[in-house]
Amino acid sequence: MKLKVLIAALGVSMMFSNGPASAEGELNLFNWGNYTNPELIEKFEKETGIKVTVTGYDDNDSALAKIKAGGHGFDMVVPSSNYVPIWIEEGLLLEARPDQMPNFENLEDQWKDVDWDPGRHYTVPWQWGSVGVMVDTAVYDGDINTSSIIFDPPEELVGKINVAPEMGDVIGTALRYVGSEPCTSDKEALKKVRDLLLEAKPKWLSMEYGVIEKIAAGDMAASLYWNGAAFRARLQNPDIHYGYPREGYSLWMDSVGILADAKNVEEAKTFLNFIMEPENAALISAFARYANGVKGSAEFMPEDMATATEVIIPEEFKASGHFVPPCSPDVQAIYTAIWTELQK
Amino acid sequence: MGEAQTKAPGTGTGSQVQASAERARKARVRAHWLLNTPALIILLCAASGPLFVVIIYSFLTPGDYGGIEWAFSLDGWFSVFMQRDIFEGTLSVADAHMSILWRSVRLSLLTTLTAFVLGFPTAYFIATRPRETRNVWLFLITIPFWVNLLIRTFAIMELIRNKGVINTILMSTGIIEQPIQMLFTDFAIMVGMTYVYLPLMVLPIYASMEKFDFRLVEAGYDLYATRMKVLRRIILPLAKPGIVAGSILVFIPSLGAYVTPRILGGGKNMMLGNLIALQFGQGRNWPLGSALALTLLAMVMVALLIYVRGVAKQDSGRH
Repeated sequence: MKLKVLIAALGVSMMFSNGPASAEGELNLFNWGNYTNPELIEKFEKETGIKVTVTGYDDNDSALAKIKAGGHGFDMVVPSSNYVPIWIEEGLLLEARPDQMPNFENLEDQWKDVDWDPGRHYTVPWQWGSVGVMVDTAVYDGDINTSSIIFDPPEELVGKINVAPEMGDVIGTALRYVGSEPCTSDKEALKKVRDLLLEAKPKWLSMEYGVIEKIAAGDMAASLYWNGAAFRARLQNPDIHYGYPREGYSLWMDSVGILADAKNVEEAKTFLNFIMEPENAALISAFARYANGVKGSAEFMPEDMATATEVIIPEEFKASGHFVPPCSPDVQAIYTAIWTELQK
Repeated sequence: MGEAQTKAPGTGTGSQVQASAERARKARVRAHWLLNTPALIILLCAASGPLFVVIIYSFLTPGDYGGIEWAFSLDGWFSVFMQRDIFEGTLSVADAHMSILWRSVRLSLLTTLTAFVLGFPTAYFIATRPRETRNVWLFLITIPFWVNLLIRTFAIMELIRNKGVINTILMSTGIIEQPIQMLFTDFAIMVGMTYVYLPLMVLPIYASMEKFDFRLVEAGYDLYATRMKVLRRIILPLAKPGIVAGSILVFIPSLGAYVTPRILGGGKNMMLGNLIALQFGQGRNWPLGSALALTLLAMVMVALLIYVRGVAKQDSGRH
């Protein structure tokens, strides 16, 4: 994770080393790596004169740990839906009341009031998507709408499978595969999952982030990963397709919030309002290729987004996708134990 | 020191001279400490301070969402070595940690060995060049240090990936039909670490060989020693301090390596550095992470102690 942060920081600092001279303020955005459209930042800087610095992270927990440690200097962060309640509960987010901002009306109705942020007092949607499987169909052309691709892989894919090292997503998907629910405290199910994962692991190649370019280049042939990344991989290599596991798959929404100890609160609020503008939300999606949750943004997006099955969930798979709640600390401890055993 | 100078020489009695000498000595000691203060402050704040924090954290309770609770607990240390089965509740040796530890030690040893096998002839080669050209060769050894570690690691990835340089060449020449899986294996980690730490092996060996009197080698041949014998009985013993120093310099950073295993290893099998990072991230167990970090530190110190003792023995042996 440090690695991506470094690369992102390097890239961003190079990108903006000759940024706008007439900066009126600044804003430090702490977001997932390879997730922020430079054009969006450019547009924001041009319109507001606020200079933005973007730093990347790889997973929810490292972001949480870094912010909790303090002294970070960031103003905004983009946790996933199942982490937002933790951020709020820990007092790390500012109650910025985006629901009272002028552009709030632009949100699609289903995102205006959500379980993880009732009434949207803290966060604004960044993008949302699913955890599914991406497969190089040149290597395997069978049914890809199943998580058995990962947990009980067909012969062709053995030794060529990557699994995103995002603990919650992996164990959550495995729990659904054995017929249970993410964050369950049912020890029997968790035990089944442990055995399932330990048995599947020898058939995997790696547990990596940064999959888009690697699967497109043929370093791996399948991965448990996120839909937008699958779309980006398909744009590089038309053989890469995305499957929605019918055993059940997780949905998530990354949401932007302002940190409680942000130094540039006004600038951050301007940014929140800015990204709820359809044209700007479209820029977010145009880069990372996930849906954004803002009404009317589709018409500003690249044409290929409108038909992409990675973004528009096909009707038949809609019912098997569910959002994930935050896991309790006890369950998290079991997750970690399974995870350590898996990576030993 | 100024005090001592105000006293005119030869005017005092013996005891006065003694007293002033005493004063001068004290002043010197004071000045000595004063001049050392910046270094001491840096040592205390920058080296011991953080270490102290790590030690304290290792004895606390993990917070629910990362961080720590200020309550004493030995669980962090306990779970470095022992684990309670999540489902049966039985206690056993923490075999996940042990196998990660073993993998780290094994890969670090292999890296050290490979670096030695490659580094020793290199150092010998440089040391036997004419004096004027040696610096050029040394310069070539240090050039990779100018490039960022990340970039060098990614460059290796480019070489060994499935559609990378090596596989492409092998496949286009018809030697293999399917690409060889090199990326994301222990082999990749080892190649990466060997490449990155090789100069740390070459330089100390070179330093010990540079002072080497090559007439000894000639003398060996004159006495009908075979090439192997010259190498074993003359060159290796004399280069030993350099070899030991080089091995330590390669072994220690390999043991705690994070970036190389992360990029080239595929993240499927952790090394110690990654295990520690896990505790501060998704594992949300800072005390365990601290205890693991201290365990690593202790291991490094043991390795160093063995080295220091070995050197001391060698020194006393020479007298």
